[in-house]
Amino acid sequence: MNDATAVETKQIYDKGIEEGAARLTPEKIKQVYQQMMSAEAGARLKTYVQNCVSCGLCSEACHFYLSYDRDPRFSPAGKVRQTMAELMKKKGAVSVEFMKKTSEIASTECNLCKRCAQYCPFGLDVAFVMLFVRRLCHKLGISPQYIQDTAHSHSVTGNQMWVKEDEWVDSLQWQEEEAQEEIENLRIPVEKEGAEIFYSVIGPEPKFRAQLIYQAAVIFNAAGLNWTMPATPGWDNSDMAMYTGDNEIMARIKRMHFETAMRLKVKRVVMGECGHAFRSIYDVGNRALGWRMPPVEVSHSIEFFYELLRDDKIKIAEKYKPTVTIHDPCNVVRGRGLHDMLRYVVHAICENVVEMHPNREHNYCCSAGGGVINCGPPWKMKRVNGNKVKAQQLFAAKSRGAETCVAPCHNCHGGLEDIIHHNEIGMDLKFLGDIIYEVMEKPERV
Amino acid sequence: MDRSQDWNWNSGKRIIAEFGKWEEAFDWVEEPYVSPDGDKIAAVVKTGEMEFSVCVNGSAWENTFDKVWYVRFAPDGRLTAIVSDTGAWTLAIDGNAWEETFDYIWDTRFTPDGQTIVCNAQQGMQYLLVKNGAPWGEATFANIGHTAVSPDGSRLAAVVQTEDFNEGDIFKFQEGCYTVAINGHAWERNFVNAWETSFSANNQHVATEVRLSLYDYTIAVDGKIWSATYPSVWKPVFNPRDTTVTAPVKSAGAWILACDGRPLWTNKYAQLWHHMYSPDGDKIAAIAAPKFGRWTMAVDDQPWSVTFGDFVSEAVFSPDGQRLACIGVDHKKHRIVVDGKPWSGDYDLAWQPVFSPDGQHVAARVEKDGLFSVVVDDQPLKESYRRCWDPVFSPDNQHLLVRALEGQGADTVYTRTVLPLSEILG
Repeated sequence: MNDATAVETKQIYDKGIEEGAARLTPEKIKQVYQQMMSAEAGARLKTYVQNCVSCGLCSEACHFYLSYDRDPRFSPAGKVRQTMAELMKKKGAVSVEFMKKTSEIASTECNLCKRCAQYCPFGLDVAFVMLFVRRLCHKLGISPQYIQDTAHSHSVTGNQMWVKEDEWVDSLQWQEEEAQEEIENLRIPVEKEGAEIFYSVIGPEPKFRAQLIYQAAVIFNAAGLNWTMPATPGWDNSDMAMYTGDNEIMARIKRMHFETAMRLKVKRVVMGECGHAFRSIYDVGNRALGWRMPPVEVSHSIEFFYELLRDDKIKIAEKYKPTVTIHDPCNVVRGRGLHDMLRYVVHAICENVVEMHPNREHNYCCSAGGGVINCGPPWKMKRVNGNKVKAQQLFAAKSRGAETCVAPCHNCHGGLEDIIHHNEIGMDLKFLGDIIYEVMEKPERV
Repeated sequence: MDRSQDWNWNSGKRIIAEFGKWEEAFDWVEEPYVSPDGDKIAAVVKTGEMEFSVCVNGSAWENTFDKVWYVRFAPDGRLTAIVSDTGAWTLAIDGNAWEETFDYIWDTRFTPDGQTIVCNAQQGMQYLLVKNGAPWGEATFANIGHTAVSPDGSRLAAVVQTEDFNEGDIFKFQEGCYTVAINGHAWERNFVNAWETSFSANNQHVATEVRLSLYDYTIAVDGKIWSATYPSVWKPVFNPRDTTVTAPVKSAGAWILACDGRPLWTNKYAQLWHHMYSPDGDKIAAIAAPKFGRWTMAVDDQPWSVTFGDFVSEAVFSPDGQRLACIGVDHKKHRIVVDGKPWSGDYDLAWQPVFSPDGQHVAARVEKDGLFSVVVDDQPLKESYRRCWDPVFSPDNQHLLVRALEGQGADTVYTRTVLPLSEILG
């Protein structure tokens, strides 16, 4: 495939890519490419790029390919061919235009969901390749604007939403006061050294979804747990630097997160309903720092809620009545195998459950993950139209009675919300915490 | 300043407060904090409808507030708490609030002698530091963080935002909008980022880890950068004997220790951080991963032979600089490690080890199966507690102060016990 073919597409303006590319030269591209290949590309990358036999099994696994009329440019193998394979073939001697398209493909056409790797007969991991390409784009300064801004926020504040230190603690205290209107003496313990659990969340929670902190506080208090939240940076477990390829900032913010847990002397970190953050603290970010596994035990909310319900720590007053369907977030299902625990929780709190198909580890991605939704408004419709298969799944579930979709992941929420709205599916979207809070027995005071 | 020579070091146990009874007196009792000398225990309590105070040894401060949090004893024994009165925030010391109030304050810090108390503050969406109740000067900034206080309290440093930019303006950000301000005066040069900051022992110099572009990291000392840049760096530290600066830096895919921009250590590590000088400046120790997934301490570039899979933390030199202790964790089991030798006991949690003034003994607070205790030279005390705090050695190295909560429920008491070391160690 030549450069001209690779760049042919509809034009979407992204300031980060366009203005970054305006500063690039072919010489710079070649120099940075060669530096990266020499310093960071091992046998794994070459194996994944050079051993594809074009069998096409990965294509049927990709929601972008399926949703864009089986256009081979959107197949996982096609994305590698248009980007990394071409770079390797030409040893980095590619045009600026080529790199603009490469950035677009790697950052906005692949959710790093790893569904394709599951179906590849050789186990070739396209997500790994796309992450390498994103890191090259980061080094060249052509990452999409919105996700780059998020990485900047991580670097300054330790969180992804430019939440300042005082704003964070103020949000916790505000939510505590709000919750005390409902449950007398409810507390959100801040900086409580020696608590069993550090509850960690992502930047959007204090910024846009503060009710989730409120609901979590109600659940923790009702269960009688010894928990805390830090007053310092390190409270945010999310990580868009991981997705721009800024591995140095990724490592820095993961260190902040885990050293906060160590400073608070907690036994484990329980994280809110976020998928990519789990990937970052359980797999990628910790390992970038030299920790083989998370240095402090980490549990995703699915595991946490599963334990609470299994052990009768919280009681359900009356199950949620509307029929629900379940969306499996890639990072905690293919990445961690929590699909059965998820179903245990959903069935424990909901009367009627209908499944989408395929499901569990074979689920389709929401098309928001992997930092794609974080590339912002310019790329929204490409993302939404790139997941017609999820819309079809949701319609099918609705035809079998589903009124609510349960999605225990922030980015899945953002992505599914757009899909539901754009396709006029007419379905509610909820976190597990939303439903648990709604149906649990709540104390009048603690 | 060590004030422990003024404390009561007579052997024996004293009940300081019937902490368990506080819940009968107050509707809300938070987790307690204890004074360095062990004579006081304090906790946030609710004294009325949306009315809070701090209870000390059973008596609440006379002044009450809408909100009280971050209760901390200063090293000199004064009790501080961040308080709010009708939305105005300030710090209360022993119940008396600073006159100056702010839209928010947080992150209380103390000098070792406790005489200087510093908080971050926000007023009208502008940020500043506050020292002993007074702003650090006229200057305010769009954001503030990574506060550092000089050893004598005369100088305050923080990373500040000096250029405004809109969210999403990535290219303006990349031009550099942050620097370090000392006592409110910002360095002339801006950086893309600045992070953790250190003062020299003589209070005169400041070093900070900075990012010059998205890719180039280095150390800035008094606003001037090292000639070398790196793919990443960690916090710089001054040698206590002079003004040379060392920092872990990444080089050719591995971590080394650099001094003033040149390699100092020759070994390469998968990770290297939290480096520290012995009090006399003779030795440098750092938490190190000699290979991926294994952690230990490296002293003057020589890693201990013992390694741990989970993490190593909270290293401390003995006062004479001859010994080094830390916590090593493997499979969630915490061990105290002294001079490269792990103690026999393993625990669910362990706190930073404490050396006796002569460096001959080591003690640490530990927790196992929900019970706390103190371990001295690998010998656990016979008693275990519902909760305890870090042990303190007497200035003559003969006694150990144990501060603990004992008993259950309403019978919980806070005790201050002085034990002869000879009794503990036999």
